[in-house]
Amino acid sequence: MTLVIDYGRGNLFSLGEALRHVQADYEISGDPAKIVAANRIILPGVGAFGDAMQALGARGLVAPLKQAAERGIPILGICVGCQLLLDASEEFGPHQGLGLIPGTVTRLPAPSAGDPDMIRIPNVGWRRLDIRPGQPVLSALTAEPWVYFVHSFAPMVSDADHIAATIQVNGRAVPAAIQKGAMLGFQFHPEKSGPAGLKLLHEFVASTAAGLHQVGQGV
Amino acid sequence: MPAPRIIARLDIKGPNVIKGIHLEGLRVIGNPGEMARAYYAQDVDEIIYMDTVASLYRRNSILDAVSEAARDVFVPITVGGGIRSVDDIVAALRSGADKVALNTAAIARPELIREAAEALGSQCIVLSVEAKTRGAGQWEALTDNGRERTGVDVLDWVTRAESLGAGEILVTSVDMEGTRKGFDHALLSAVRARVSIPVIGCGGAGRANHVIKAIEDDGLDAVACASLFHYDLCPLSELKQTLSAAGIQVRH
Repeated sequence: MTLVIDYGRGNLFSLGEALRHVQADYEISGDPAKIVAANRIILPGVGAFGDAMQALGARGLVAPLKQAAERGIPILGICVGCQLLLDASEEFGPHQGLGLIPGTVTRLPAPSAGDPDMIRIPNVGWRRLDIRPGQPVLSALTAEPWVYFVHSFAPMVSDADHIAATIQVNGRAVPAAIQKGAMLGFQFHPEKSGPAGLKLLHEFVASTAAGLHQVGQGV
Repeated sequence: MPAPRIIARLDIKGPNVIKGIHLEGLRVIGNPGEMARAYYAQDVDEIIYMDTVASLYRRNSILDAVSEAARDVFVPITVGGGIRSVDDIVAALRSGADKVALNTAAIARPELIREAAEALGSQCIVLSVEAKTRGAGQWEALTDNGRERTGVDVLDWVTRAESLGAGEILVTSVDMEGTRKGFDHALLSAVRARVSIPVIGCGGAGRANHVIKAIEDDGLDAVACASLFHYDLCPLSELKQTLSAAGIQVRH
């Protein structure tokens, strides 16, 4: 069973419908006890990092999530849920995160005037992922992996090995997907990324902890 | 340049998708859910549902249409028309919308933009502006689907809305809307120059070239089209092919 963490943040309607479309066995709940029993966890989120972290804490979800990560339960963070996996964020902060993947959430590089490739912040729209070779979930996408973003901050992981995919933002390759062990983070919204996004959700719910671990260890 | 978003705009009256000219003279086009699913199947980048009568009669039946669409349509959905409070926005997001478009209520009380952005994040707050030409380089913001004057200057208003926390601007030219004669490029360029957040242009697209001009010359991040797709003047696939041939990146 895949548990979608409900902590009052995120468009759970669409995520639930997307999981239903890929025939996932899932449950949406904010009950800390359910985390212990889950085979896989999806941590969604929109809005501000500090507010989201506070909401997780207020519901007693921080410790169970950290324990699930230690036990190697696959966790997929989406958007702010992906950012929460890191140590900290500078958004209205600093604010402390879950500290599951080393790194800090920082503001996207600003555009320079007159740059024909400039991306305005917030970065809203469909961008094409540059996927690192050998990714178990992301490699399911075909040659043109377009996915939908809406964000002003990015998960800047400290260890380049934890970058699973990037997008180009104002001259820099910015992490768009991150991965460490059985933990995966998408800065984009798979539930809003059309058939490509559904495919990624399907791959995640069909994946095994061992399968995700393998890549994390660089095998 | 980054890929611009190609958005299908569905104006809603009661149970139907309708289409007018200058936001008036409405004609029934089809079913909101069916049309959203059809555009999704053609790789539309986003959907906007705009309730054309909600402000006027103070009712909000459009959320049923949003919920129905959101069961099968996995691209961002914006809903506008008749949204008056943070509670209304929460209800729209719970129905499966990702963003709301604010116009009439925001003009009446601009602080609504700030309250909504602080409560739910700028990413889900789109300021919708219905612009009517009032002389060279001047436009007035209208409300209630183009029915009411406000005396508010469009360029001042979009600047203020950005500072209050709006995440995107949807600017509709009432003068060009439904005419198929092309966008009001002076309006779109002027709005583009005033704000740094994404701008969605709407109103007047009748050919692929109109869209190319709005993206290349006016620097828009997105265009919202209705007649173009509803009347098959240029179906989505053809539009994206034409854009691609013109050197504009498109999602496919």
